[in-house]
Amino acid sequence: MSKWRILKGGFFKDNPVFVVNLGLCPTLAMSASLDNAFGMSLALIFVLVGSNVIVSAIRKAVPKRVRIPCYIVVIATFVTVVELFLAAYQPGLYRSLGIFLPLIVVNCIVLYRAEVFASKNSVLDSFLDGIGMGGGFALALLLLAFIRESLGKGTLWGYKLIPGFEPAVIMILPPGAFLTIALLMGFFNWRKGRKKAAGQRRARKSNRGEPGPATETNTNGRDRN
Amino acid sequence: MDLGSIFAILIGVILVNNFVFARFLGLCPYLGVTRETSSAIGMGMAVIFVMTMASIVTWPLYRYFLAPDAVVKGLELARILRTTSFILVIASLVQFIEMLLQKVNPALYKALGIYLPIITTNCTILGVAVLNIDTFFKDGKPVPGSYLGSIVQGFGAGLGFTLAMILMSSVRERLEMANIPKPLQGIPIAFINACLMSMGFLGFSGLIK
Repeated sequence: MSKWRILKGGFFKDNPVFVVNLGLCPTLAMSASLDNAFGMSLALIFVLVGSNVIVSAIRKAVPKRVRIPCYIVVIATFVTVVELFLAAYQPGLYRSLGIFLPLIVVNCIVLYRAEVFASKNSVLDSFLDGIGMGGGFALALLLLAFIRESLGKGTLWGYKLIPGFEPAVIMILPPGAFLTIALLMGFFNWRKGRKKAAGQRRARKSNRGEPGPATETNTNGRDRN
Repeated sequence: MDLGSIFAILIGVILVNNFVFARFLGLCPYLGVTRETSSAIGMGMAVIFVMTMASIVTWPLYRYFLAPDAVVKGLELARILRTTSFILVIASLVQFIEMLLQKVNPALYKALGIYLPIITTNCTILGVAVLNIDTFFKDGKPVPGSYLGSIVQGFGAGLGFTLAMILMSSVRERLEMANIPKPLQGIPIAFINACLMSMGFLGFSGLIK
């Protein structure tokens, strides 16, 4: 696999939030404003890259049976680094991230990448994978925060967007988060379905006479824990 | 701590700040284990049990070892390891409960056993432990009645989570029959459900200060 593809995969094809459906709790909770979303994204990218690199570096030394506790300790160490750093230099952000900062420890994305990718690949590849996956998470979170803040408060980064626009407060309350992510996921599913249908039409047209594509996989209704 | 404040904690954590609908915690099991009501109830019971146990264990751990004016002196360096020690204690606690149940009460183990391993890395458990510390400690000192309060809060948070799971699974069993647009099938429709339910739960927000 080329380095570029590893880096790019996390952003679109294997986007952790919209495609794999992991790390939904911080995505929903921190998307009420772009400020928080940005802080959360940076914290998660740091932890993900750090834990990927360390897990990949120690992958041959860790016995298979106790690998999960080892990974959790590595992740918790990086989370502690972020916590102390933010508490010292960004106390405002530290307060608004609240309990979701320590909860990065049990964020499924970090453990998932450690188990699926970093424990099997070289340090450089894992580093790139961490950046790609963290970037994909950041992309999803910022997209959500953009929609919710602009509709719910009428502001972006705290600046007024349209004078006289009456914001719909429901968007920055919990229901708005659920609604936004549901519609975004539906939108991406719809686009994927259209793309697949177009690809199949093209394939049928190009090899007319031969049997058409044999399998039609169902991408919708996917339900992964 | 009188009955009134215990009741206020329970109402607050079950209805007003429900873990799923208001705090966005535990969304993975909320989406993953709600296909059938029976498994939703099993998961909910396991979460109530482990949450209460975690609250019982982490409060003394913080009070005596990790708080800024902890009783045990000479561990100043360990204090930065709050998150690490909590997750390790919770993981070993779950493992211990699993072994104990298997020996002492095989029937209960059969009912809850399959849910216990996935609870370790469930954000609700660590969430309630951190939340207890945030609510019941002011500047590292426990407020009066904080131990009982944190146990009640842990128990109530589990109850609120179970309530959300049961509501969702009942709706979801009906959704199997419904005619849903193809792109919205699966997780998106579950989130739209959550949106409507959390709108309902917003109605409770005036109940306590």
